[in-house]
Amino acid sequence: MCLAVPGRILEVEGDDPLSRSARVDFGGLVRRVNLAFVPEAGVGDHVLVHVGVALAVIDEDEASRIFTWLGELETVDPTDGSRP
Amino acid sequence: MKYRDEYRDPASARRLSAEIARTATRPWTLMEVCGGQTHAILRHGIDRMLPEGVELIHGPGCPVCVTPLGCIDKAIEIAMEPGVIFCSFGDMLRVPGSSGDLAAARSRGADVRIVYSPLDAVALAEANPQREVVFLAVGFETTAPANAMAVRQAHRSGLGNFSLLVAQVLVPPAIESLLTSPGCRVQGFLAAGHVCTVMGLDAYEQLAQTYRVPIVVTGFEPVDILDGVLACVSELEQGSARVLNRYARVVRSEGNPAARAMVEGVFAVVPRYWRGMGLLPASGLGLAPAWQQYDAERRFGGVEAGPEPAGECISGLVLRGERRPDQCPAFGSRCTPEAPLGVTMVSGEGACAAYFRYREPQRAFG
Ligand code: SF4
Repeated sequence: MCLAVPGRILEVEGDDPLSRSARVDFGGLVRRVNLAFVPEAGVGDHVLVHVGVALAVIDEDEASRIFTWLGELETVDPTDGSRP
Repeated sequence: MKYRDEYRDPASARRLSAEIARTATRPWTLMEVCGGQTHAILRHGIDRMLPEGVELIHGPGCPVCVTPLGCIDKAIEIAMEPGVIFCSFGDMLRVPGSSGDLAAARSRGADVRIVYSPLDAVALAEANPQREVVFLAVGFETTAPANAMAVRQAHRSGLGNFSLLVAQVLVPPAIESLLTSPGCRVQGFLAAGHVCTVMGLDAYEQLAQTYRVPIVVTGFEPVDILDGVLACVSELEQGSARVLNRYARVVRSEGNPAARAMVEGVFAVVPRYWRGMGLLPASGLGLAPAWQQYDAERRFGGVEAGPEPAGECISGLVLRGERRPDQCPAFGSRCTPEAPLGVTMVSGEGACAAYFRYREPQRAFG
């Protein structure tokens, strides 16, 4: 119940502040999601959804940051991957 | 989903694990608060990727588990009333009250319906004007915005037949209760990212300062959790106790202002009774005075603080992180998901269920 899951907005409907909603694709499963708390979200954005309500727009730049850092770590230090 | 595979990449996980081993010079005990993280840790074997001495203990972060007996008893009583449609998330149906659960009430003829969202319960109220529709509003801060929105939508549609049985709880007071308990071993926390998505970091800043304990906000994938452990261990090694946001792809430090405003408008902070932890002051949400016509306790009578279930189940200790599920004598023998003795085995997000699901082979050999 507690988990929130990311999905991608396919289509936005309405502009009422309480019931603006979207069709959101969760890896093939499409559900209607309330967008009232993410007024900035639009088609193509990834949103974090919990019990039918979007709580955040996922920031793609932030999502990739750790992998950039891990990549740098690898070039600086070759002793990776050998620990249990 | 973009980036999901990367966050599960074994090579990245190993690299982080090596980095943790390099950083930790002595033993550290961390607690992950959220049941979703506990499941990810067990499922991906993250606890086994940590160097010796760096220990993860599991916290009370399963709202299904901490919902008290009295609330389940009230839910069953309301569900059995003629004319009521009682709506709940599916995982509440098998949580035991003092006699039976909602699933049993349903088989005795109660109209209990599983919904995916509280907004579905509002739609049911709209479609069934002659019935009373009650939604069991459990959950942490993550769930509160949807419940608040349900009340606002019901109000706007003029629905007189919709109400919430509220058992909302808040994470920071539970952390504080653990930190002030005499046997507390926890030196740093991994805070659940989705809770912070709504409320932001303020309450955690206060906790970190008051108790000199680092709190790292992180996500639910293996790379998230290991990165959170690394950040927390680094803080501890430096003698520093900051709040760090390592889940910035969804958590902003102020939370979600629109969601927060709606929660703060519809709900007020109240004391709540937690299963396993007792009565905690200012640890939950109840409907604010202006919205009390939507309070099921107003219509059907108040929840009574029931006694803790007696018996051999030690789920209270498990919820406080004082025992691991596999340290319970009943674990896996007298207590299994098919025949659970306690709520931490009943709930899909409970720690006992996680150990049963992912640690079975080891148990078979041990
Ligand atoms: S294993 Fe079963 S009896 Fe033991 S603490 Fe967990 S739920 Fe209770």
